[in-house]
Amino acid sequence: MNRRALALGALLLAVLLLLPAFAGSYALSVATLILYLAYAGQAWNVMMGFAGQLSLGHSLYVGVGAYASAALFYHLGIAPWAGVWLSIALCVALGAAIGFLAFRFGISGVYFALLTIAFAEFTRIGFDHMDWTGGPGGMFIKVAQRDSIDLLNFRGPPAMYYYAILFLALSALVFCNYLLKSKAGYYWQAIREDEEAAQALGINTFRWKMLAVMLSSAMTAVAGVFFAFYYNNLFPEQIFHISRSIEIILGPIIGGVGTLFGPILGAAVLTVLADAITEVLAAFGWEIPGIKQVFYGLVLLAVVTYLPNGIWPALARRIGVSK
Amino acid sequence: MSLLQVRGISKSFRGLKAVSAASVEVAQGAIVALIGPNGAGKTTCFNMIAGAFPPDAGQIVFDGADIQGLRPDQVCVAGIGRTFQIVKPFAGLSVLDNVVVGALLREPHVPAARKSALAILEKLKLAAKKDLPASSLTLPDRKRLEVARALATRPRLLLLDEVMAGLRPTECDAMVEVFRELNRADGLTILLIEHVMRAVMALAQHVVVLHHGEVIAGGTPAEIVRNPAVLACYLGEETEI
Repeated sequence: MNRRALALGALLLAVLLLLPAFAGSYALSVATLILYLAYAGQAWNVMMGFAGQLSLGHSLYVGVGAYASAALFYHLGIAPWAGVWLSIALCVALGAAIGFLAFRFGISGVYFALLTIAFAEFTRIGFDHMDWTGGPGGMFIKVAQRDSIDLLNFRGPPAMYYYAILFLALSALVFCNYLLKSKAGYYWQAIREDEEAAQALGINTFRWKMLAVMLSSAMTAVAGVFFAFYYNNLFPEQIFHISRSIEIILGPIIGGVGTLFGPILGAAVLTVLADAITEVLAAFGWEIPGIKQVFYGLVLLAVVTYLPNGIWPALARRIGVSK
Repeated sequence: MSLLQVRGISKSFRGLKAVSAASVEVAQGAIVALIGPNGAGKTTCFNMIAGAFPPDAGQIVFDGADIQGLRPDQVCVAGIGRTFQIVKPFAGLSVLDNVVVGALLREPHVPAARKSALAILEKLKLAAKKDLPASSLTLPDRKRLEVARALATRPRLLLLDEVMAGLRPTECDAMVEVFRELNRADGLTILLIEHVMRAVMALAQHVVVLHHGEVIAGGTPAEIVRNPAVLACYLGEETEI
């Protein structure tokens, strides 16, 4: 980490901390969404970027994490700071189950990705038929007064959610930085680059891949809890949908898979540009449904063609900071 | 005493007998070469010793304990390091980080592992390239990296699968010197597969010849080059090149 990177980081942090003071409610909601995607993207990046295990079903952990905490709150009045542990436990158990099935029976690459989609899909169908969580009609958390902060129940004004997700995203960054520089980071990258060679160096690849999946699912579970209490409504069709998973992984892919800052940058670029384009088109009187998805597709094409390692490695070189 | 005893191992791939009842012994501190024409089953033997797949029959004893059927990582932990014939660098990582991955097996803390990885790069004359991505290395350097990574796991027995192939004679001699030094100073036992006879003659104290999956001869390099059976199947053709 050089001095320039430190200065840029400090500047960015200052802007992020002061944002609610001068941003309007729309800008704040965009910033919250960016940070949510940045956080979830970092969680996904632990599995794919570090350990090379492609998950296309991270909506599973978002959904189960969200539903677990929301249902506890809704039915039993248990606050999310307690409920989040159930969310994490359930998601880690699910991640471990998927990981065990895949890694024990040699399901890898595309087939592994398909397995993750399958789990997300049948969980969606399961929730559609579960009355306790409202079935397909959804689950709604009572929206409390937006002007008083109730941290215990995670109810409050938009700025509270903004700071909460900012804290999560920054914690994830620090945590991922630690992971990448630890033994786990080295082992995961070795497995990502060549699993057979990694195993020949004494690495129990099964165990380390399991750890990656379980950490990633635990982190994503927390994103789900945030999602539930920020949006206050949950529908199986929405939260378990594959587009939710794609949304999470686009940021890291565009920003730079396996890099620390890539998921954050990717989430910011995508969300800001997509919103800007929708706004501009709306100003011209064109309301085109699905234009965001078309835009995502174009950006993805451009990045894969011209910057296959993502925007961040190229940008980092350009502005002279280390990756 | 023998560090490694391979007793009558066999392996078939869908009816093709790759190795049948092959036996090899490697004494503690020895350098043994496994030679044979292409397709003789040398790499298959290596893969069975290293745990890539179990033998259909037979027994592999390392340091007094059965190791057949163990996973590759367990074999490595037991003290056997290996290189791959088709090199497998962690392409996206730096040369140093490649070796750190190996060193972490015995040095769980990253700074200590980096230190011991650097010492090994020094030994294999890769230290100047430590920060380059492994993908940018030339083939001879990749072979050296392969060896460095295996050495970093501090093996007692090193399996070398054609690490001399593609090296120029002077590079080959330098590599031979490295292995001799490791053998002499650190007591490292080496079992190597090699086609480059220059290296086999300079390194090996004992040579085992495989042909069609069977051991057809064994002896000192000098004996082997005069063995009529070996000449017929293998050396006659190879030395003409």
